[in-house]
Amino acid sequence: MSVLVYTESEQGKFKKTAFEVASYAKAVAQQLGTNVTAITINAADASELGNYGVDKVLQVNNAELEKFNANAYASVIEQAAKHENATVVVVSSSADSKYLAPMLAIKLDAGYASNVVEAPSNTAPFTVKRTAFTNKAFNMTSITTDVKIVGVSKNAFGLVESSGSASSEDFSPSVDTSGVTVQSVDKATDKVTIADAEIVVSGGRGLKGPENWRMVEELAEVLGAATACSKPVSDLGWRPHSEHVGQTGKPVASNLYIAIGISGAIQHLAGINASKVKVVINTDPEAPFFKAADYGVVGDAFEVVPTLIEKLKAFKAQNA
Amino acid sequence: MKILVCISHVPDTTSKINFTEGDTKFDTNGVQFVINPNDEFGLTRAMWFKEKQGANVTVVNVGGPETEPTLRKALAIGADAAIRVNTEAKDGVQVAKELANVVSQGGYDLVIAGRESIDYNGGMVPGMLATLANANFVTNCINLEVDGTNATATREIDGGKETVSTSLPLVIGGQKGLVEESDLRIPNMRGIMMARKKPLTILDPINASVETSSVQFEKPAPKGAVTLVDPDNIDELVNLLHNEAKVI
Ligand SMILES: Cc1cc2nc3c(=O)[nH]c(=O)nc-3n(C[C@H](O)[C@H](O)[C@H](O)COP(=O)(O)OP(=O)(O)OC[C@H]3O[C@@H](n4cnc5c(N)ncnc54)[C@H](O)[C@@H]3O)c2cc1C
Ligand SMILES: Nc1ncnc2c1ncn2[C@@H]1O[C@H](COP(=O)(O)O)[C@@H](O)[C@H]1O
Repeated sequence: MSVLVYTESEQGKFKKTAFEVASYAKAVAQQLGTNVTAITINAADASELGNYGVDKVLQVNNAELEKFNANAYASVIEQAAKHENATVVVVSSSADSKYLAPMLAIKLDAGYASNVVEAPSNTAPFTVKRTAFTNKAFNMTSITTDVKIVGVSKNAFGLVESSGSASSEDFSPSVDTSGVTVQSVDKATDKVTIADAEIVVSGGRGLKGPENWRMVEELAEVLGAATACSKPVSDLGWRPHSEHVGQTGKPVASNLYIAIGISGAIQHLAGINASKVKVVINTDPEAPFFKAADYGVVGDAFEVVPTLIEKLKAFKAQNA
Repeated sequence: MKILVCISHVPDTTSKINFTEGDTKFDTNGVQFVINPNDEFGLTRAMWFKEKQGANVTVVNVGGPETEPTLRKALAIGADAAIRVNTEAKDGVQVAKELANVVSQGGYDLVIAGRESIDYNGGMVPGMLATLANANFVTNCINLEVDGTNATATREIDGGKETVSTSLPLVIGGQKGLVEESDLRIPNMRGIMMARKKPLTILDPINASVETSSVQFEKPAPKGAVTLVDPDNIDELVNLLHNEAKVI
């Protein structure tokens, strides 16, 4: 019996979510009185995982797995789970993990709970808290199968460091990448993604037109943030669809979310309310966003944002 | 090409979410139900295949009789036939197994589901269904072309997109991008009249078992009041974000 965690890497380096799911797996293992094994695919150095509670790492190095293939990756994790006799498998909420987890659930005959925000409240029956109704509520869910899969929401559990060290072992599962073949990947490598960002700066229809986004981008640059937008902004073609956040767009679970010229419609708020701290900049004090925000500025974005950029630059220069 | 579009029947996005029976049941009182937005994009793409390439489109829902108006709406938008698997949807795997049974009986080439439903929002039914049905699977799908038995799909990844080649039988988890917002169709009178004559088959469930059970719902804790910062004192905002919120 053990807890298996799938720790994702990109170009050999672990993603931050890898450490978060490892921390989560450690918490579950402590509740169950067992150890944590991590499964990594083409990660260069797995020793870092020891800092987050992993006891053992199964390292897969296989050129065929260089490009993501959900079915093949799910099969690798399935083989690792069986090899370790895992009763709980922990994955993240990245696009790739959410893609493979349902496939893994069928392969392992395991019950799966996604978007989980806390360590299990109980281990028998195994009960977790997950978001439901696109973040408008939470649901306590029991998983009743022998093997359980938990998908952990980003930024919900956080990183928990521990002082252990992890042993490493080569693992050579059988690999079948047939079925779906990646032809091309179109990804800006120099930009922070909404999924990974600690800070997200988002613009709405209040910004009047795409030509006014320079200041949003500049604010994002100063903060090392990702840029996002409301739905009408992407529907109007001012910004790409991939930036649309909200109930029907991407979820945002950053530490800081700055909304500029966004009214705060229920569908918008549903998608961003998992963010820890929310700031709104809006000319209309009656805008619903002020009810959801922690900090608000009633003012014109075209004056407030340039000032904010200037003040932040000064702040960064001072604290560098 | 035979296309099956999976339709989840969900509360309208403007709905206030409340619970009853000691917070164990969703309170449907005063709630409008609609086609899950991600499924509506998929259904509209299916219409495109039907009109441009020739396809027969069936919509399916696993649920009680209360979901029939939603299926009728899909028929009014242009689907040829509807199936309702007559059982309450209890969890992802149960729904996926019921749908896999429909797929194997109907011999569909392409199954279009949504990336996630906005009620349960598990994002699990399509991937489970694909694996059960032994079909290829692409989720977060923002573009889909089919040529014979070959398919090219684009999926959104964190920070970009990826184009993949695959083949039928195929299940996708679709979303906006499959078609644009402006391509969505509002059923017209003729569509609504025709929908009444189209077949809506009620299928007995295979009584698939569940693997998870909902214990209780909770609403987020109420939020404290916003701290307002004067637009002429943006230094204060930087100060609060640094010293109080500790996020910069
Ligand atoms: C089925 C469905 C799904 C939806 N899903 C989503 C979703 O996922 N995400 C989403 O965002 N929306 C979604 N919506 C749309 C949502 O209902 C709102 O229409 C949308 O969020 C409004 O966008 P906005 O705030 O940018 O624009 P508006 O509502 O037009 O608000 C603009 C705001 O800018 C302010 N403003 C104007 N000028 C300035 C200025 N100079 N400086 C500062 N502020 C200014 C105004 O006071 C106003 O509050 C959905 C709608 C439906 C029907
Ligand atoms: N009860 C259901 N009947 C038919 N299709 C469903 C049902 N529940 C979910 N689906 C499909 O699966 C997708 C993802 O749902 P979920 O896994 O609940 O997030 C939805 O967008 C639908 O296409």
